[in-house]
Amino acid sequence: MEIVVLLKQVPATESLIEIADDGVSIKSDDIKWVINPYDEFAVEEALRIKEAHEGSVSILSVGSEKTVEAIRTALAMGADKGILVNVPDGDVYDGLTTARILSAVLKETPFDMIIAGQRAVDDDNFQVGPATAEFLNIPHISMVIKQEIANGKIKCHRTVEGGTAILETPLPVLFTTQRGINEPRYASLPGIMKAKKKPIDMKTITDIGLDPATVGKPLTKIVSLKTPPERKGGIMIEGDSAQAKAVKIVKILHEEAKVL
Amino acid sequence: MAQNVLAIAEQIEGVFRKVTFEALSEGRRIADHLGCELNALVLGDNIENISKELEQFGADRIIVAENSALFEYLPDTYGNVIADVINKETPDVVIMGASTQGRDIAARLSARLNAPLAMDCVAIRFEDNDLMATRYMYGGKILADVVLSGKPQILAIRPNAMTIASAAGTGSIEKFEVNTGTPLVKFIEKHLDTGKVELTEADTVVSGGRGMGGPDFAVIEELAQVLKGAVGASRSAVDEGWRSSSDQVGQTGKVVSPNLYFACGISGAIQHLAGMSSSNVIVAINKDPEAPIFSKADYGLQGDLFEIVPLITEEIRKLKG
Repeated sequence: MEIVVLLKQVPATESLIEIADDGVSIKSDDIKWVINPYDEFAVEEALRIKEAHEGSVSILSVGSEKTVEAIRTALAMGADKGILVNVPDGDVYDGLTTARILSAVLKETPFDMIIAGQRAVDDDNFQVGPATAEFLNIPHISMVIKQEIANGKIKCHRTVEGGTAILETPLPVLFTTQRGINEPRYASLPGIMKAKKKPIDMKTITDIGLDPATVGKPLTKIVSLKTPPERKGGIMIEGDSAQAKAVKIVKILHEEAKVL
Repeated sequence: MAQNVLAIAEQIEGVFRKVTFEALSEGRRIADHLGCELNALVLGDNIENISKELEQFGADRIIVAENSALFEYLPDTYGNVIADVINKETPDVVIMGASTQGRDIAARLSARLNAPLAMDCVAIRFEDNDLMATRYMYGGKILADVVLSGKPQILAIRPNAMTIASAAGTGSIEKFEVNTGTPLVKFIEKHLDTGKVELTEADTVVSGGRGMGGPDFAVIEELAQVLKGAVGASRSAVDEGWRSSSDQVGQTGKVVSPNLYFACGISGAIQHLAGMSSSNVIVAINKDPEAPIFSKADYGLQGDLFEIVPLITEEIRKLKG
């Protein structure tokens, strides 16, 4: 089973995000960069599938040179090799562009299965996985919390509003992972040592047959970023007893806030 | 083909999802701005009778794609049929709800049609002649204005963000000749808790965190029930295994913007705040007077949630008579 994991490096979710002076990007200096949490599930699931069905796990990413750290972490978890489409730091792509870059690489890479996180927690686009599948003309199943592979087919439990739907499709497939699918392993010390020797293939946009000028022109373009209106602390409801507080808050919610 | 806006409706077993009415209402506003028709597309099996309802939200032509193969949502069948409709109608704007289904369709269509997409929009406006969409990034920490170039412009709108407005549309029904192509993905079965209110669409969300101390969320569930709301959970409550991951509110869970949000026993980590800060009114209940959540809540109650929450439930029950 040849498995490719699509991986993005993102700011850790505990990071405070500040807008840069250009107004369209974020200040990246003090940020801790990590593997997108949903992609971590994807790496873990790929490793489990490899353990059950043999094969290899490749990590594919688009990003600046610092993305190598995230790829190394995935290699330390147990993935076999990495591919980085190395783009200048500060280049901003929409989801469609990223999907186009990834699919250009995947068209030259043999795979039975592609696994990606359901979204990246920076752009929150939910777009790259399904769009990549479309460019490759293969089926996709998103938001998967459980999968079973047998006889060249995969059965996926996909989370939907209010429950789960079970879908099945022949391989090759792309599926995206949802929280709950697994508990990602930590990289072991021997794993970290081994990862240093594992290959990471660095490619440029030109190497993969795309035109940097076209790639640099996203159809969906950020024109300004702002921080949402800061919520201010409001009123502490005081009272002699829990009962008094409960009566007071319900009265306020009903009469003043008018939300009851 | 003249300019037009296409709204994609979403129905589950003959009932439209609330976000469908939001998408139509917003689609109507866009169509009015452009001075063109708003058309609605309904997919499913045996749905012609419910489709007429959409004229109340401003739909001019209601395109009905009816086929037994469309009874359940599948990315390839729905993708093929919607792409066919778009190729025939050549809309300027395609709008739909950013549900699990809507996001799936929007993403796949953007690639098939090489079309710009704004996912999870919370506001849409025109500046000069550019369509500008506002959407959250970084799980709610940042608001971005994005401009879309090319056609059709695909907008997936976040549930609960746009207002529903009734508007009279022409409401003529048209059948679309369905060709589902040769789908690879097969539907096997589904398990839905139909009594459960969907977190992202709920008017009220009651969430519990580490302060719950265990998997017993009965007090939270009762408050949610009396308000016909949904139950949410913080990441720590999910990590502890007390609640399913589908209940998680926050940057790595769901982003919610209900009218009323109760945070019970939730300290208020930055990634949880990101997921609920756009709620209209926030009430926090926490034992710790220093909990960061109090600096973000409209109303704070310091004390034992297991004592206070049932009393609040009781008071609301009295109020609702």
